[in-house]
Amino acid sequence: MNHDNGLILEVSHRLGAFSLEADLTLPGRGVTALFGASGSGKTSLLRLIAGLDRPDRGRIELDGEPLVDTATRHFVPAHRRRLGVVFQEARLFPHYRVRGNLAYAMPAHMASRFEAVVGLLGIDHLLARYPATLSGGEARRVAIGRALLSDPCLLLMDEPLTGLDGARKRELLRYIQRLADEVDIPIVYVSHEPAELVEVADTLILMEQGRVRAQGKLDALMERCDLTDALGGFDAAMPLEASVQAHDGAYGLTRLGLDDGQVLIVPGMTASLGQRVRLRVPVREVALARAPSAELSYRNQLVTVIEQAWVPPGDAATMELRLRLGSQMLGARLTRKSYDELGLVVGQEVTALVRTVAFSSRDV
Amino acid sequence: MLSDAEIEAILISLRVAGVAVAWILLPGIAVAWLMARHEFRGKALLDGLLHLPLVLPPVVVGYLLLMSLGSRGLLGTWLNEWWGVRLPFTWQGAAVAGGVMAFPLLVRALRLSLEAVDPRLEAAASTLGAGRWRVFATITLPLTLPGLLTGSVLAFARALSEFGATITFASNIPGETRTLPLALYSLIQTPGGEAAAARLCALSVVIAMISLVASEWLARRARARLQGRDA
Repeated sequence: MNHDNGLILEVSHRLGAFSLEADLTLPGRGVTALFGASGSGKTSLLRLIAGLDRPDRGRIELDGEPLVDTATRHFVPAHRRRLGVVFQEARLFPHYRVRGNLAYAMPAHMASRFEAVVGLLGIDHLLARYPATLSGGEARRVAIGRALLSDPCLLLMDEPLTGLDGARKRELLRYIQRLADEVDIPIVYVSHEPAELVEVADTLILMEQGRVRAQGKLDALMERCDLTDALGGFDAAMPLEASVQAHDGAYGLTRLGLDDGQVLIVPGMTASLGQRVRLRVPVREVALARAPSAELSYRNQLVTVIEQAWVPPGDAATMELRLRLGSQMLGARLTRKSYDELGLVVGQEVTALVRTVAFSSRDV
Repeated sequence: MLSDAEIEAILISLRVAGVAVAWILLPGIAVAWLMARHEFRGKALLDGLLHLPLVLPPVVVGYLLLMSLGSRGLLGTWLNEWWGVRLPFTWQGAAVAGGVMAFPLLVRALRLSLEAVDPRLEAAASTLGAGRWRVFATITLPLTLPGLLTGSVLAFARALSEFGATITFASNIPGETRTLPLALYSLIQTPGGEAAAARLCALSVVIAMISLVASEWLARRARARLQGRDA
């Protein structure tokens, strides 16, 4: 099967007063985030892909195979699409045990993968339980396992973290990251949380009021100043890739090397030496100094160049910056006052200060 | 302890009510599903027709059955000529009468529990590759089970207590169509039959109680399983 064709969508669909127009190509690998505020049409889009709704007009194609084409009245019903859908509310079948739910759609040739999937999601101890006795996070994991074991060509996840508390969210996110790394199935991840984005996505589709506002590689879109507000504003974060250089067991820290030779100290990671990791650097955690200083508590003092600086629309007090760091980019947000008082200008070298504890990480 | 006539009446009653429920089960599920899940023209009319046996005098229902399924009725003639089946004045006819009278109760219970099944679970099943029938058989129907049980018991009890339509359509023939209520009626008509009538009355109460308790127990078990408790 040729995964590289991915998913092609050209649809227009009306739901009452809401209209959805999308012209999209989703890559056949990696995690694509379908991102937007509630009401932006991302769940409607997911329903069209899953075959739960028919578009008024347009076509949908997966790996070169047409799923919908309204011009020829072609429509492959949901149960023939071989898509795994993980719904917001898990939607486990209450009258089957966990094992029965997992096996519900499992073709014979997937039986040998059962143990591996169950292990990957950490649900081995739940197999004999009924769904009503599971916690929210456990139920989502079982739902993910159920979808995976149906041997899908594509996994659709509709805000799988909704309604979980902070710790459960982090835990489930880790499982999803592991999944994305270990399973060779493209994933479409619907979300409205900027924080989740940087953690899981490789590709980003930004939806706004039923339209696609932007699509492309995550890092490229995160650098675009016109999208800052949509991609989280003050809560935004920039992805940063690095490789593991050393572990400092005594302090519980890990040293990472950036591609321009600079070094980053982060909380202890489990990744092995030499492994590539992706970090999430929240924009609000980056402070600036004109020069490195030994008198600060900041362990990470990175030499960067101001690439862009702009005042976000509707917020005259703020200055949003993009800082070049080798081939990568950091984001920073400070007051316009401190920007002026420090005498910063575009093209100037500045030191970006990032506290070690500000990092959260993902093994790439 | 029980006289032969009493045992006979009980057996006929159980057989008639059992067959009545059995034959309306599938059409009942189909109609309840239609009513619960579909919008179509004439739905209100169908709904009215379905409830007719509840509001019409049973004798009228029996008379209508006789008109349509009797030897000169359209359906009756067809049944007789093509299949050699005669319904009037037979226990099978009594089962038909009981079934018709019990049908609305069964459909109502089924419809309510079908409406309570979360369609999102069915959608989830279809994204997992289950076609219509598989979704129905593995998700919809099992989740309807408590309603199916309650509905069946209600229908069984209704068929068991059927009198007016039965006596009109199937008559009161000892050993053939004389069910408990008809036997009781006959005894009341007979001078000196009061004691025997009281016994039959007590029997009816016992049978009704047993079926109610049994259904409650079954429905509770089914509900417990659906809510994920080990029953």
